[in-house]
Amino acid sequence: MVERRPWLDALSHLVLILGVLIIALPVYITFVASTRSTSEIIHPPMPISIGSHMVENYQAALSGEREGPGSKAAVGHMMTVSLVMALAIAIGKIAISLLSAFAIVYFRFPGRMLFFWAVFITLMLPVEVRIGPTYQVVADLGLLNSYAGLTIPLIASATATFLFRQFFLTVPEELTEASRMDGASPMRFFIDVLLPLSSSSIAALFVIQFIYGWNQYLWPLLVTTDESMYPVVIGIKRMISGGEAQTDWAVIMATAMLAMLPPALVVMLMQRWFVKGLVDTEK
Amino acid sequence: MASISLRKVVKRYGCGPKANQVIHSVDAEVLDGEFVVIVGPSGCGKSTLLRMVAGLEEISAGEIAIGPLVVNQIEPAERDIAMVFQNYALYPHMSVFENMAYGLKIKKLPAAEIKARVDKAASILELSALLQRKPRELSGGQRQRVAMGRAIVRKPQVFLFDEPLSNLDAKLRAQTRLEIQKLHRDLGVTSLFVTHDQVEAMTLAQRMIVMNAGRMEQFGTPEEVYARPASTFVAGFIGSPPMNLLSGEARGSYFYVGGISLDLPAPAPKDGALILGLRPEHLDHWNAATGWPFQVEMIEMLGAERLVYGRLGTEAFTLRIDGTQVPPLLGQTLMLELSAKHLHWFDAETRNRL
Repeated sequence: MVERRPWLDALSHLVLILGVLIIALPVYITFVASTRSTSEIIHPPMPISIGSHMVENYQAALSGEREGPGSKAAVGHMMTVSLVMALAIAIGKIAISLLSAFAIVYFRFPGRMLFFWAVFITLMLPVEVRIGPTYQVVADLGLLNSYAGLTIPLIASATATFLFRQFFLTVPEELTEASRMDGASPMRFFIDVLLPLSSSSIAALFVIQFIYGWNQYLWPLLVTTDESMYPVVIGIKRMISGGEAQTDWAVIMATAMLAMLPPALVVMLMQRWFVKGLVDTEK
Repeated sequence: MASISLRKVVKRYGCGPKANQVIHSVDAEVLDGEFVVIVGPSGCGKSTLLRMVAGLEEISAGEIAIGPLVVNQIEPAERDIAMVFQNYALYPHMSVFENMAYGLKIKKLPAAEIKARVDKAASILELSALLQRKPRELSGGQRQRVAMGRAIVRKPQVFLFDEPLSNLDAKLRAQTRLEIQKLHRDLGVTSLFVTHDQVEAMTLAQRMIVMNAGRMEQFGTPEEVYARPASTFVAGFIGSPPMNLLSGEARGSYFYVGGISLDLPAPAPKDGALILGLRPEHLDHWNAATGWPFQVEMIEMLGAERLVYGRLGTEAFTLRIDGTQVPPLLGQTLMLELSAKHLHWFDAETRNRL
């Protein structure tokens, strides 16, 4: 749009500011709550200015040394679990789908289209649909309460395979032929030519999949029963005690703030590649 | 360096009775160090033939040998050849240096040797200042030179060029043509060059293969192809404007065409239905007192020469005349005088030269 009208500018700013407020306000309230004592939070009105209990709340959250009912797992450890899980899912997904897309696009083998469609059709089935049988398999393999159980069932990704397939189809055929003339083996071509060319798609996918892995809730809820294997998202839930007992909301809010940091960091640090990956047309 | 032998080479896609045959038994022998151009209209199979030599297409029947070695079952990288692609196929994420060095790196040559070879090729091609650039930062002509550099550094026995000039503008194309000629003179590597442009073919080739619909129509020097086209296809394809071809009936020293009879300077090789070919530039006099009656319909001025379009009887006919002479008038009837050595005779049925 090249139109320049003052009221249009004002309107677009208004819309943007509203959008920012809708997203930022809950985050701000969470932050405020994490700096107050629990009694200040639960007695209305809810304070909207930063309080004085910030250091002790975050310390309590990170160390797990706190009173009251609910889980006492240390947030530091839960964050590590979450980080390992999110990284394993993101990297695993990218590795598996790059290789399967490579196979589907560049090799002629019997059943190639069958495999492609088998992968493609699983796009329609979210984790929740197959969660019962998947749980059975993971349990029978003795993978409950382990990183393998947390990550492997989530690694297979039709979306990423499809995305890379579409990208590989746009790579000019002459490049493949030129590398054949240069004497590159298929894997050499994959590593030296295809991977660098898909780097921005890989970065974009990494950001998306990292956040996907970090935010997993239902699956970890099923396969982890041991506190030491809780990802932080589950940890927050377990801190909330049911029934009449008092919940330490200040610490929970501090935990929530901490849990938001890594995905936010990943997005901020990789934003440049992320955007490039989504808009880049250079082949 | 090596020769290339094509022996009864056939390419078909698909199999059984529905197979689509695109190359029909091509036989050719390219000598050691020779520059051979394969020329033909698009879809004639010339690129397919080149890609079969390169090893990018399988050979359906017959065999291809590079030097003494039959390469039918040999991987492209092991054929000791280098290819320049039409769109250059440079690796976009690698610098010019890395692009040229990639094949050598895979061959596991020592780094110093790689650097020496790339530097030498770069200085031949005037790319030395650009070695650290990425392909997207280069102009079309520079990319084309990088693609050639990538071929040169491998010191192959055979160069294959797949229409390498068709993405350049006219001026650059003429310049690059000269550079390729010079390069071939300096390196002396056997080269196969595919193009659809007859000017490129005539200027570059030591010998040329003219192809049509998957068949080799003629294999000879540019002079032979121009002076003695083997078929009406070659006669019409090489030369601009193309040779005039008149289908008519020969009887003794008369040729009946377009409702008139032409007096031949020498008798036709045989009586009956024939095709007579005459190049627009091969007239002794276009304004003689007697000869073939030619009616002028249109004139194009090209600077050094004029193209005169018109009719012999009812048949379309073209003349190419000196641009400095006073042109004929539109509608004027000219008398064309010509000599026997410029007449080309083709069989009306097989369309081959008699």
